[in-house]
Amino acid sequence: MAQAEEVENSVAWGGDGSPFRISYGKQMMWFFLVSDALTFGGLLAAYGFARHSVDSWPVAEKVFRALPAMDGDYPLIYVALMTFILIVSSVTMVLAVEAGHRKHKKGVIKWLLFTVIGGFVFVGSQAWEWSHFIHGSHHGAVLTEEGWAYVAGMEYVHEDGSEQVVMNDHHHPEIASLKLQFIDGGKYLLTGAEALTAYQTAEKNEAGNLLLDDGVGTVVKTAGAGADVSAVDIMVEGKLYREVEAKIGDENWEKVLGLYEGATDHIQGANLTENEYAPDVPAYADFFFFITGFHGFHVFSGVLFNLLILLQVVKGVYDKRGHFEMVEKVGLYWHFVDLVWVFVFTFFYLI
Amino acid sequence: MIRDDLNKDAEYARAAYHDDAHGVQIRKKIWKVTFLLTLITIVEVAVGIFYSRAELGGESMGWLGIKLFYIILTIVKAGYIVLSFMHLGDETKNFKYMILAPYALFIMYLLFILIFESTYVLDALRTGM
Repeated sequence: MAQAEEVENSVAWGGDGSPFRISYGKQMMWFFLVSDALTFGGLLAAYGFARHSVDSWPVAEKVFRALPAMDGDYPLIYVALMTFILIVSSVTMVLAVEAGHRKHKKGVIKWLLFTVIGGFVFVGSQAWEWSHFIHGSHHGAVLTEEGWAYVAGMEYVHEDGSEQVVMNDHHHPEIASLKLQFIDGGKYLLTGAEALTAYQTAEKNEAGNLLLDDGVGTVVKTAGAGADVSAVDIMVEGKLYREVEAKIGDENWEKVLGLYEGATDHIQGANLTENEYAPDVPAYADFFFFITGFHGFHVFSGVLFNLLILLQVVKGVYDKRGHFEMVEKVGLYWHFVDLVWVFVFTFFYLI
Repeated sequence: MIRDDLNKDAEYARAAYHDDAHGVQIRKKIWKVTFLLTLITIVEVAVGIFYSRAELGGESMGWLGIKLFYIILTIVKAGYIVLSFMHLGDETKNFKYMILAPYALFIMYLLFILIFESTYVLDALRTGM
């Protein structure tokens, strides 16, 4: 139980009883966190506004699908791992605070050390994620006659006949197989025979929309009725990706290669003015850099605070002071960093 | 005069000393919350992999449901972090609501204005008016 502490009138709270019964430092840390949370709230709200006022937005699991030093497709696995690391380091922080309340110095040192390590691992992961985002996929995106497309796969033939995957080689004349993934936006129109076939064969949902391979289609114009529809236009909404793949000898080889070789623009990776993930929405990369960057800066400064307090604990500063409240104060900041990431994870990566 | 801000019986007053038995109890709660937060994250990622926006369609009802599901889980997670890890739930009621209420109010305003305005802008872009 707490001991009553006599202080001089000149420094004491002069009112009847303090309204919050919380120490000055902790209260100020909370005030700071509220204002900081408003900054993040502002950033996320701006992001939401930008996203909702355009037709299409990249699907995160198509953008963030790589693991360090591994080939293959791991949608969102890396970022889930980062989230888990940050949650665990938040747990070790709360364990350090708990040890502090038992005045168990060794426990505080152990858990704070784990927290600092977890923080560094997160910052390092974030750096890798940025680097991967900035450098982009192997082949980048090209602007074809049918819109922007990722070059999702490409192999080419050597003179001796052996095949090899090409890295970073745009417009190679001896391409053996090519896969384009169109990222041209949230809508397109089906017309003519294609639309008529889709209209007659595709399943319909309750609202009467067509469930197509590429997404949900809405009928915008029909000539005729019932089984005698002779012409129809179908708007396909929510269509974000369409893949065209061909090898030499395939019937659509000429078409796919023609699209690729006729490309008029090429983007690889991302910067503040253009990005291959959403060529029509440069703001996508901007928000990625600003939101995760601002958060990463918080993580970095949090790690420094934790490290500083860890050194103080080791030096025995808080034994002399009689309480470990400083651990709790930097702990609040550290939990806040985790809290913000929970929201960034949901709104930037999941939704 | 006695400084009552330092001298309360609350869990996390500056000078509050927890004995070992109390420590065991608190740690048990911490591990419970850890388990819950991890479970929620795993569920979120699993749902993200099995129900993709690219497959469901960005404006479909199914995706709307999943969005809501994510937002609810996120608020649950945030609640556990703030009330348990930052132990705001253990502070005085006055303090708790002074932190939460203004923030909640402001965020609701931001949400309203962003949805309202962005819907208008998108509509204007689509119809050209």
